[in-house]
Amino acid sequence: MPYQLLRFALSSKHPEARMFREPARLADTYDAVIIGAGGHGLAAAYYLARDHGMTRVAVLERGYIGGGNTGRNTTIIRSNYLTPEGVAFYDESVRLWQDLAQDFDLNLFYATRGHFTLAHTDASVRTMRWRAEVNKHLGVNSELVGPEAVKEACPQIDLSCGGHAPILGALYHAPGSIARHDAVAWGYGRGADQRGVEIHQRTEVTGIDVQGGKVRGVQTSKGYISTPRVLSAVAGFTPRVTHMVGLRTPIYIHPLQAMVTEPQKPWLDPILVSGSLHVYVSQSARGELVMGASLDPYELHATRSTLDFVEGLAAHMLDMFPFLSNARINRQWAGMADMTPDFAPIMGTTPVEGFYLDSGWGTWGFKATPVCGKTMAHTVATGRNHDLIQSFNLSRFERYELTGEKGAASVGH
Amino acid sequence: MKLLTCPVNGTRPVSEFVYGGEVRPMPDPAGCTDVEWADYVFNRSGIPGVKIEWWYHSASGTWFHAERDVATDRVLRTWMPGEAPVAYTK
Repeated sequence: MPYQLLRFALSSKHPEARMFREPARLADTYDAVIIGAGGHGLAAAYYLARDHGMTRVAVLERGYIGGGNTGRNTTIIRSNYLTPEGVAFYDESVRLWQDLAQDFDLNLFYATRGHFTLAHTDASVRTMRWRAEVNKHLGVNSELVGPEAVKEACPQIDLSCGGHAPILGALYHAPGSIARHDAVAWGYGRGADQRGVEIHQRTEVTGIDVQGGKVRGVQTSKGYISTPRVLSAVAGFTPRVTHMVGLRTPIYIHPLQAMVTEPQKPWLDPILVSGSLHVYVSQSARGELVMGASLDPYELHATRSTLDFVEGLAAHMLDMFPFLSNARINRQWAGMADMTPDFAPIMGTTPVEGFYLDSGWGTWGFKATPVCGKTMAHTVATGRNHDLIQSFNLSRFERYELTGEKGAASVGH
Repeated sequence: MKLLTCPVNGTRPVSEFVYGGEVRPMPDPAGCTDVEWADYVFNRSGIPGVKIEWWYHSASGTWFHAERDVATDRVLRTWMPGEAPVAYTK
């Protein structure tokens, strides 16, 4: 519509923002402040407004919406975890995902593809069987399948993986899906915005005012705001925020890298994960192979990329798919993962009254976006931990009650 | 960081080394409370800054200390435990 474009070029009026408003300035006071406008923070804002009627809420983001790990993950959604607490939690998330696009009136490109976790050793076959049985017991659709089922779903795979890591079986999880990650943040952001929540981008939190063990307000790059409730949903920046309130946590930061190939014709339907080969791969709606591997091996607060990562991951991809030797890598990137000792998140109340954590999401946070938003909104609104997140509280460490998800949370550990 | 200087074997590719975590004082297990012990076992200083760390040169089996800025990935000094730190020259 060239005329419309011309009209806006000549006028000082601009069309309405398509997704969100840009509030001119911060108010002096809010009922709740959410730090971080990624999927998790915006989902919490959305459910606070929709389910709990709290709309005097500000979401503060030092960069731009969805620019952190929400836009850096490999978009896999699944609930085939290992502990009953984990399975119940992630399964609720998978349920919420399925009607999210309708909720938002926005296409999330949510595609149920089926998810294979490949087992190359007897030990991993045993773990897959364990996970399948825990999943089935809790009503989650998972089963142990043989190599022929993998070959049938993905005829291009070399079942011997170059001869040195033959596939002996796999954990098959039919509900495994992928979605367009940016749209998730946009959808929650728009939904929250329409209900009155303010999203302030390029607004950095520089301090949190705690008096007598209670949150009083937040110092930002755009001035002080007073609030009795602060939710931290900042992924790899969590230690910097907990440092502001004087809280010690087990969280440590390692980068996690990922990469994509140039777009290809659709050939890979399922999502494939191999712990032994440190690979997870799916084909996106626009044809790119989206690939990730294990964490970088040491603490680093940066999102730099390395050649070591591309070489290692490409070599393992070729073990599975030798015909990809001519494929080109289009992009690589990294995110900062906030890791925990038991590979489970740290969520809910803290010893500081009014300060809530949605953290420790390491390499497994995207799939949990809806259920995190919902349970954290409940926790912030009522001051009490939602039932589904009781076992993820920060206090579990001093009680030595860890929630061991290491075997199911990510690859290569 | 692509290279790291082992105090015994000199400058080597970082792929020969294993990260051993931050150097932290251990409380007396017999004398401290359960909460103090849990703090030592689990809690970490997760914020960026210059930290003294354990590193291991796997080819020669050498554990040593490195002082590294974990935000910029720049190593400042490396040395053997119990010896004086050596300024990093790479």
